[in-house]
Amino acid sequence: MADLALNGLSKHYGDFYAVRDVSLAIADGEFLVLLGPSGCGKTTTLRMVAGFIEPSAGEVRLGGQDVTLLPPWKRNAGMVFQSYALFPHMTVAQNVAFGLEMRKLGRVDIDQRVEETLALVRLDGFGGRLPRQLSGGQQQRVALARALAIRPDVLLLDEPLSNLDAKLRQEVRIEIRELQRQLGLTTVMVTHDQEEALTMADRLVVMNEGAVRQVGTQRDLYERPADRFVAGFVGRTTFLGGTVKAPGRFRSDGGLALACTGGRPGRAVLSLRPERAMVGRAALSGLDNSLPGTVEFVSYLGALIDIHVRLSPKDRLVVQIANRDGGFTPEVGQPVHVGWPASAGQIFNE
Amino acid sequence: MIALLHRRARRWALNGAAAVGLGYILLPLVFVTWLAFFHQEIPSFPPEGYSLRWFAAILDQRKFVSGFSVSFQVAALAMVLGLALGVPAALCLARRNFRLRGPLANLLLMPIIVPGVVLGTAMYVFHVEVENGLDMDVIGTFYALVAGHIVIVIPWVVRLVTASLSGVDRATEEAAQNLGANPWITFWRITLPAIRPGIVAGALFAFVTSFGNLEMSLFLVGPGRTTLPIVILQYLEWKIDPTIAAVSVVQIVLIGTAMLITDRYVKLARVV
Repeated sequence: MADLALNGLSKHYGDFYAVRDVSLAIADGEFLVLLGPSGCGKTTTLRMVAGFIEPSAGEVRLGGQDVTLLPPWKRNAGMVFQSYALFPHMTVAQNVAFGLEMRKLGRVDIDQRVEETLALVRLDGFGGRLPRQLSGGQQQRVALARALAIRPDVLLLDEPLSNLDAKLRQEVRIEIRELQRQLGLTTVMVTHDQEEALTMADRLVVMNEGAVRQVGTQRDLYERPADRFVAGFVGRTTFLGGTVKAPGRFRSDGGLALACTGGRPGRAVLSLRPERAMVGRAALSGLDNSLPGTVEFVSYLGALIDIHVRLSPKDRLVVQIANRDGGFTPEVGQPVHVGWPASAGQIFNE
Repeated sequence: MIALLHRRARRWALNGAAAVGLGYILLPLVFVTWLAFFHQEIPSFPPEGYSLRWFAAILDQRKFVSGFSVSFQVAALAMVLGLALGVPAALCLARRNFRLRGPLANLLLMPIIVPGVVLGTAMYVFHVEVENGLDMDVIGTFYALVAGHIVIVIPWVVRLVTASLSGVDRATEEAAQNLGANPWITFWRITLPAIRPGIVAGALFAFVTSFGNLEMSLFLVGPGRTTLPIVILQYLEWKIDPTIAAVSVVQIVLIGTAMLITDRYVKLARVV
C-alpha cells in the first residue's frame, strides 16, 4: 500500500474541461470517496489515476513515484469496474490468477494466492465456476478478489455497488469497508450515491462540473457545506431565496424577516436542514425565528415524517420530525408555527 | 370464444406463411437430391428406379475431381488470408474513431453488393494491366484467382467479426490492462477469445462464399485450372444426366456438415 497524490490534475477535450485542477492527498490506508452527480468529473479523475486517460495537465504520484505517464499495465493499481468486467471465458480462479500471471509469479505461488484471496472474499470453493454461473453479488466479490490479488498500491472502485439490489448493497458496503480497514488499503471510490459515500468514506470529495467543491469528513460536509451546491447535494435542505439586509438579517423573497448568522448584504439563499426546524401548534418561544404557516403536504416515512409548510406565497419549508409516541403530527391544511434558531440556517451569498 | 378463434387463425396464417417461405427455399434442394438417386439417364418423372451410379460417375469424370480440388484449395487459402486481412480491419473499424470510418466500412462491404460479373470484369482488366506493367504471369494463375476470392470473402469476415466485437465489454480489456497486461497480451488473452464465435462464423461463410462462386471466377480461371462451379456449368452445356445432381448433393452435404460442426462450437444464429 502507498499514499496517493494528485497535483493540479486537469483533463480537457477542446474547450470542455472534464476535470479542472484537482489536487488531493490520500494517506496510506485512507478510504476516500469522490462524490458528485453524473458528469462531474469523478470517473475521469479515477480513470486518470488508473492510467486509462492521459491528463492534460498535472501529475499523479503513487507512493511518492510520479506515474503520470505510465500506461495502466505498469501501475500497481487494482480497479473494480462498475460492470465488474470479469473475463467471461475464464473461471473464477483464472480471473483472480490473471494479474499474478502478468507478474510472472510461479504456479505454486499463484495457486496459493488465489486460494487466499478467494477465502478473503468468502468465495472458497468457487474457483472452478464461470462468472456467468455466479450471482451479481458473487461476481462483484470476484472482481474485488481479482483486484486485491495483485496486492495493489491503491484500490480503485468505480461505482462498485450500483449493479446490486438495495438490500445486498447495504451488506456489501460494510463488507468492503471492513476488508479495507483490515488490509489497510489505500482506496479511492467513485459514487453518485451519497448514502453509500457517507457510510464508507474516511473523507469525501464533493465534485461538480469538473472541479472539487469541498473535501472533508461527513460532518464537515453536512454541518459546514462550503457552498450552495454541497449543501444541496449532501443531505437534504430547503433553500429560501432572498436578500441579506445586514449581517444577521435576511429578508426572503416572500417578505419574511428572518434572523440568521453572518452573510454579506446582497442576494443570497438561506439553507435550512429539515430536521433543524421545529413545528408546533402555537408560536415557538425561545427560538430566533418563529413563523405562522399552513401545512401543504405530509409525507410519512416511518421513523420520520416530512411536513411541507407554506410560510408565504413564495416560501415553503420542509420540516422533518421524529415519529414519537404522543408527538404532534400536523395534518394537511392545518395552521401551524415553525421555528428555528438563527444558527441553524446557513447563508450562501450569490 | 371469437377472440380465441381469431388468435388461432392468426397463428395458422403465420405458420402457413412460414411454411410457404421455407418450402420455396427447400424445394429445389429436395428435387436435386431426389434426382441424384434416379436410375435413368434422362431425368423424367416418375423415376424408373433408384441407384447410386451417378455418385460413382462423379469419380470417373476427372474434371469434377480436379474442379473440387481447385475450389477447395482456393476457398481454404481465401478464407485464411481473408481472416488475416479482415479481422484487423474489423478491429480498426469497431475500435478506432477516424474521419473516413463510415465510408471505409461501406467500401469493405461493397463486394457483396457489386454483381459478380462486374467484379470479374474489373479484376480481369486489372490483371491485364498488372501483367503488362510488371511483365509477369498474372492472368489465369492460381494466385490471381485466390486474390480475387479474397476480395469477396473479406466482407463476410468484417461483418461477422464487427458484430461480434460490438458485444465485447470494453471494460474487460481495461481490466486486463489494469492487472498488468499490455495491449498485445490483452488482445490474445481477452479480445480474441471473446470474438472467436465471430471469427469462426466469418471463416465458414468465407469458405462457402468462395467455394460456390461462379460469376467472378469465370473471368479469372486459366486453361486446365477450373473451379467446381465452372466445371458443373460446362458439363451442363453438353449433358443433363443426374451426375450434376449427385455433385450438388455432395456439395450440400459437405457445407451442411461444416455448418453443423461449427454450430456445435459457436451458435451461428447468435452471430449471423
